[in-house]
Amino acid sequence: MKRSGENSVLKEGLNVMAIDLQKQKAAGNEKGAQQQLLHRKRKATEIEQSEYGKDESQGLIQAKKYIRGDKVSVKGIVDKKLKGQLRTKERLFVESALNAAKVEQWLLPSEGGYLEPDGIEKTWNLTQESIVREVDISSSKKSFDLKLPDLGPYAIDFTSSGRFLLLGGRKGHLAILDWKEARLLTEIQVRETTRDVKFLHNELFFAAAQKKYVYIYDKKGVEIHCLKSHLCPLKLEYLPHHFLLTTIDKAGILRYQDTSTGHMVVQHRTRLGRCGVMRVNPYNAVMGLGHSNGTVTMWSPNMDTPLMSLLCHRGPLTALAFDAGGQQMVTAGTDGKVKVFDVRKLQPLHSYFSPTVARSVEISQKGLLAVASGSGIEIWKDALVTKQPKPYMKHRLLQGSQVQDICYCPYEDVLGIGHEQGFSSILVPGSGEPNYDTFVANPYETRKQRREAEVHALLNKLQPEMIVLDPDRIGTIQRSAIENKREKQIVAKEANLAGAIASGKPVPLKKKTKGRNKSSKRHKKKQDNIISERRAVIKQQVNSGANFVELKTPKAQEEALPRALARFSSK
Amino acid sequence: MKVKVISRSEDDFTRERRQDLQKVFRNLDPSLHPQEKAHEYVRALNAVKLEKVFAKPFLGALSGHTDSVSSMAKSPRRLNCIISGSMDGEIRLWDIAYRRTICHYSGHKGPVRGVAVSSGGDRLVSCGDDCTVRLWHIPTSTGGEPSSVGNDVAEPVATYQGKNAFRGVDHRWSSNIFATVGAQVDIWDHNRSEPISSFSWGTDTVISVRFNPAEPDVLATTASDRSICLYDLRMSTPLRKVVMQTRTNSVAWNPREALNFTAANEDCNCYSYDMRKLGFATCIHKDHVSAVMDIDYSPTGREFVTGSYDRTVRIFTYNGGHSREVYHAKRMQRVFCVKFSGDATYVLSGSDDTNIRLWKAQAAEQLGVLLPREKKKHAYLKAVKERFKHLPEIKRIDRHRHLPKPIYKADKLRQTLIEAERKKEHRKRAHSAPGSVPLIPARRKRIVTELE
Repeated sequence: MKRSGENSVLKEGLNVMAIDLQKQKAAGNEKGAQQQLLHRKRKATEIEQSEYGKDESQGLIQAKKYIRGDKVSVKGIVDKKLKGQLRTKERLFVESALNAAKVEQWLLPSEGGYLEPDGIEKTWNLTQESIVREVDISSSKKSFDLKLPDLGPYAIDFTSSGRFLLLGGRKGHLAILDWKEARLLTEIQVRETTRDVKFLHNELFFAAAQKKYVYIYDKKGVEIHCLKSHLCPLKLEYLPHHFLLTTIDKAGILRYQDTSTGHMVVQHRTRLGRCGVMRVNPYNAVMGLGHSNGTVTMWSPNMDTPLMSLLCHRGPLTALAFDAGGQQMVTAGTDGKVKVFDVRKLQPLHSYFSPTVARSVEISQKGLLAVASGSGIEIWKDALVTKQPKPYMKHRLLQGSQVQDICYCPYEDVLGIGHEQGFSSILVPGSGEPNYDTFVANPYETRKQRREAEVHALLNKLQPEMIVLDPDRIGTIQRSAIENKREKQIVAKEANLAGAIASGKPVPLKKKTKGRNKSSKRHKKKQDNIISERRAVIKQQVNSGANFVELKTPKAQEEALPRALARFSSK
Repeated sequence: MKVKVISRSEDDFTRERRQDLQKVFRNLDPSLHPQEKAHEYVRALNAVKLEKVFAKPFLGALSGHTDSVSSMAKSPRRLNCIISGSMDGEIRLWDIAYRRTICHYSGHKGPVRGVAVSSGGDRLVSCGDDCTVRLWHIPTSTGGEPSSVGNDVAEPVATYQGKNAFRGVDHRWSSNIFATVGAQVDIWDHNRSEPISSFSWGTDTVISVRFNPAEPDVLATTASDRSICLYDLRMSTPLRKVVMQTRTNSVAWNPREALNFTAANEDCNCYSYDMRKLGFATCIHKDHVSAVMDIDYSPTGREFVTGSYDRTVRIFTYNGGHSREVYHAKRMQRVFCVKFSGDATYVLSGSDDTNIRLWKAQAAEQLGVLLPREKKKHAYLKAVKERFKHLPEIKRIDRHRHLPKPIYKADKLRQTLIEAERKKEHRKRAHSAPGSVPLIPARRKRIVTELE
């Protein structure tokens, strides 16, 4: 184990911050209280408005988010008991969704952030200084710079509650901070190249991808494990619901290790060479890898081939991010483009140009896209669904420091930036989810709560086999292979037919009877399960009552010629 | 420019004092709860597994009899009071809470065949092979710790002499009337020394009797001529009778749907009947591997308990073909009598090994007062289990019950026999003229005749 000596790089800077914080805490509270009052007033007016315009349908629209699937139709069901049960279930689902919508309307304690320009102001022209000047003092403390010029560039990670920050300097400087309190928890020097760092299920443990192996350290900086089976790791990811640590290495091998039991779950050879881009889709825990040939492949521990692969860029990928709902994927490549993809349809939606090659992309809880290229960061709002002409915000790091890694802080309007010169955080109004769920991630977690949450998380641990593309498939009926095949055939047939009709040109119909009854032709017809365009179009034409085309149309010209001369006319 | 960023004051989100509860905030947004279905499945699986861990149904044995327990009765007025009669002629009154005998009733010379408690809960009727019916007094208050344990020896209030041995007794659910069975069905009044009326249909011995809980004048008996017979006290003749292929040992009325009753048959099965249509059984409850000796309904009417000669106690749902639960103990011998407790929480079984055993009706249930949080948790887990009960892993664990090897083997053998019989009949039908071997549904197969 290697540990740093007394000369803590971080401590000085943090001390200054802590003193400032104490000084301004009182004032901050005052301003916070004012904002609370404002918030309550706004809520009160909302209540009045909604009570006057109380409408059941509006409730349903709000509740739409909470309805888990389509309604089950009871139309064809003969069994009266089953029908009744299904009806009751459906009623309960709607009721619970409505109740959830009411909770959202009335019981959530905080409101999200926003940034509204006045007059001709443009949001992308607003600097961090001007924003910090406007916000309350406790929030203004969240924007800060840690100057650590010697051991960078820094990879960063936040805990799921956003309370703790993990810094991993390229030259082996590892530190955990309670960043809002400006408190340094631990700091060590491993004196080895460290490429990535990641918190495990809570702040007590973190993993570091070092020169040769992956190491796991605890909160005090004590080395707990050296995972020698992970050779030369480049990137780390952690699946908190499955307790799986995944690494990708120089040889392009993806490894899943269970951190609760210690077992190596599976190793996949991607066969696509060195890979340094890895992100997990939070919606279904499928791992996305970005390769140097411009493809993105998605992996689960249950298949040794990718679940899907998608050619995204002309040239190597540099960054990848998924949105919280798992519907959109953002990729950045060395071709200077940042592209948005629909993960469900596997189709590109639109693309943006980055000024230089983007090093890192990140999507916040509320869907704000951050693109870091060079020393600049662009933040795009609503950029996933529709193409935006202009970014929401822009930020440039001091002294041209190159960005290494960016990470939104969960449940805060803060973007953390790890770069060559250390760590910076900037305020991005509207990026974070304002209301946390105590049982999911609690920024004010006590020790007892943390312990209890850990036990519950272990009890509810999902098995690696449960990682599938559609997480709602779990618990549904698995049909027999024959039944599945039949259904697929029907769907394929319909699709083929529709496609053929849509693309097919009209075909001249022949009234051909000769040669139709050859045994070979009959056999071929029987075997033929493929619907050709031509055949579909012919069928449609016959159905619509199209006339048959005469095979040999006597030309009017021929008729006009004298019979004797007819044979000389050009055919 | 108007700007706001998320800013939480720690005071608003944490508790003020140490003794306060921690503040809890919920956000039900689905994007914060990914893979919720998978989590629910895992919770259901864990709940089912834990249920198996917590399934400790045996609570204790009430020991004291010196011969096998032949009959039991529960008081309609008190929950903690149970009366048992044994083959050596001793009757005991038990306090279930303390698992002690409160009172001995001795007087019968020979086995006690039936005990019943009066509707007021203050009189006990017993009958036996010594051709006597005895009326006893039940001490009303046994609140708190019994003062002198097992030393109260009571004398009968009245003794009625009959001509033949009595095989069973049941008390009417209201008024002072009770019925005994033996050579015939006798209807008695507490204040008369002779039966007020008698019924007989056929010459065989009647072996058990049960009054209908809703219609007080209706009673059902079973006889050794393999019949179940219904009577109405207001009429001079019996109502109707159904004869089955094997003898019925006992019947129990469903207290919530009092026109239905279930019969415990010698052929290992129980048959539920609608008293209006005795031509076929409404449901066959299979699982025992030997004769079913006694049956009793839960006061909820949703399930019933059976005791069998195969040394097991099983709990069935009122409309379920197979048992929900099976209880057995290493030293438990053939079960002769079973009772559901008055609050549907416990089950009592009296067996050949002179003990009365106390079981929980729900094997994994947490007894005692539950906190609201515990109740909520149990309700949630129940709902989750219900949701995923059809998935193979959960179904397998949920359905699994350990059986003693002899019973397991006997069950296997029984299945083989039944299957062979079914195949044989199927082949017979296939190779006979169409219609010559009619297909008789199982619910009608075991019924010989229905007599009016």
